[in-house]
Amino acid sequence: MSQPFLKVEGLAKNYPGVTVFEDIHFGIDKGEFACIIGHSGCGKTTILNVLAGLDEASDGVVIMDGREISGASLDRGVVFQGHALLPWLSALDNVAFGVRSRWPGWSRKEVVEHSAKYLEMVGLDGAMHKKPAELSGGMKQRVGIARAFAIQPKMLLLDEPFGALDALTRGTIQDELLAIVQATKQTVFMITHDVDEAILLADKILLMSNGPFARIAEIVQVTMPRERTRSTMHHDPQYYRIRNHLVDFLVNRSQDYAGENAITHDAKHPPVVTPGLDQSAEVVELPRQTSRAPAEKARAY
Amino acid sequence: MKDDRPWLAPFLSMLFLVVFLGLWHLATLKTEREVIVDPEYAALIGAAAATGGQSAMPGPAEVGAKLWEHISDPFYDNGTNDKGIGTQLAHSIARVAIGFGLAALVAVPLGFLIGMSPLVYKALDPFIQILKPISPLAWMPLALYTIKDSNVSAVFVIFVCSLWPMLINTAFGVASVRRDWVNVARTLEVSRLRTAFQVILPAAAPTIMTGMRISVGIAWLVIVAAEMLVGGTGIGYFVWNEWNNLSIANIITAILFIGVIGMLLDLTLARLARAVTYRE
Repeated sequence: MSQPFLKVEGLAKNYPGVTVFEDIHFGIDKGEFACIIGHSGCGKTTILNVLAGLDEASDGVVIMDGREISGASLDRGVVFQGHALLPWLSALDNVAFGVRSRWPGWSRKEVVEHSAKYLEMVGLDGAMHKKPAELSGGMKQRVGIARAFAIQPKMLLLDEPFGALDALTRGTIQDELLAIVQATKQTVFMITHDVDEAILLADKILLMSNGPFARIAEIVQVTMPRERTRSTMHHDPQYYRIRNHLVDFLVNRSQDYAGENAITHDAKHPPVVTPGLDQSAEVVELPRQTSRAPAEKARAY
Repeated sequence: MKDDRPWLAPFLSMLFLVVFLGLWHLATLKTEREVIVDPEYAALIGAAAATGGQSAMPGPAEVGAKLWEHISDPFYDNGTNDKGIGTQLAHSIARVAIGFGLAALVAVPLGFLIGMSPLVYKALDPFIQILKPISPLAWMPLALYTIKDSNVSAVFVIFVCSLWPMLINTAFGVASVRRDWVNVARTLEVSRLRTAFQVILPAAAPTIMTGMRISVGIAWLVIVAAEMLVGGTGIGYFVWNEWNNLSIANIITAILFIGVIGMLLDLTLARLARAVTYRE
């Protein structure tokens, strides 16, 4: 097998007295969409920041496209949790800020045209000259996405981009992101707390156990056909199997990977599971009361 | 709530002014008093003074007349000790502008450096803390001794008093720029220089402008006192000179002008501050 496009090997982060996570190994292939799910404090954001080059790991390496990552780079576009738009610039100028950095030789006209194209892509053609303060939360995050896509990075890193949005807006932007990612064959690494969001968007979902000493507990392959939509996804029998598996992990199993009775597993090769294809899971069919309650709880993540 | 009586506040302002002028007028009314001194002595020093009827404190009408006199001819020049109030104000404003401008040239880049580096911040902090509370006038003798030029010394005093608020505010503004914005610049591989000018400077600009506004306010307070000390020209010197002439009407006129110019300086900087303020 060839090397994956992005390879994370033995990543660890220590603060004095605390090891947040250690022995993190995973790979992401070109064009693959990977989501990472885990409870707060397991170091998801730190991992993303290391991939982005904004933070340094205590141990381990990250290799992208055959080269080790050191420092931030235009090769990796980041969509920040709190959109992080520069409030004194218009939506267009916010996107152009990155474009100018990517292609320093371009004329002003080229920069504007290119930036406008990406704002149109996220449906913001009417709001290009507005300042972030004049945009709604969803529109701001769209600008953030346009800014990340506009520099045409080799990989996109999304830090819980829809966390602060209301459910309706979130759904719309998820659909848009899905369409854009499928059209551009973008490689994506995304943090989310939303199980449904992960199933809708991801090819594979990395499950992280609780910190401290967090690690990748499992890799869930989303085996549903790639052409998913929010409106039809829940008709697929695989959907519930995968969803139950994820919720079950978050509620019951995520704390079992550290401490005295830790489940021991090969951190270099975390088990890859395909709950969607697991027919037996359906036969067992979790009792309604127990499957309900965790599902309700999972919504909070 | 919408203000449905927008004229009320200005009306009240006018009312207060009228009441104040009225009280002032009543308080300074000249009353004929009986001659209480020896007639020979009265003849010697002048009848008015002898009766005590003429107070040195002028009424509003007198001050108004003086004010009009100054406004209608602000730039006359009758020698060293008798220049128009416009000329005096212009000298003061020029000193403040030069001192403040030089202070800005030093404070903003230095504050930038301090704000960018926690190490430099810590290293310079004790000096700033000790130098900040020193009355700028305390530097005056030192300035006069070393610079040996009263005019430059006054500018130096303005420089010193303008420095600290701008320095501290710039450092604070730069140090508290949102981490996210700097991270955006980093992930976009924006050069350090471009980050400084296009991310940190605009982000800190409102705080820097606040510092400038405080500085110019202090500078305008200090220039009057400084000019009283160094003499020669300027509105502070004018006030002191008129005190020596015991011309209270001139002093009150000067005080009014000092207030108006101070307000205009503040308004100008407030306008500039609004231009660089952004909404998050």
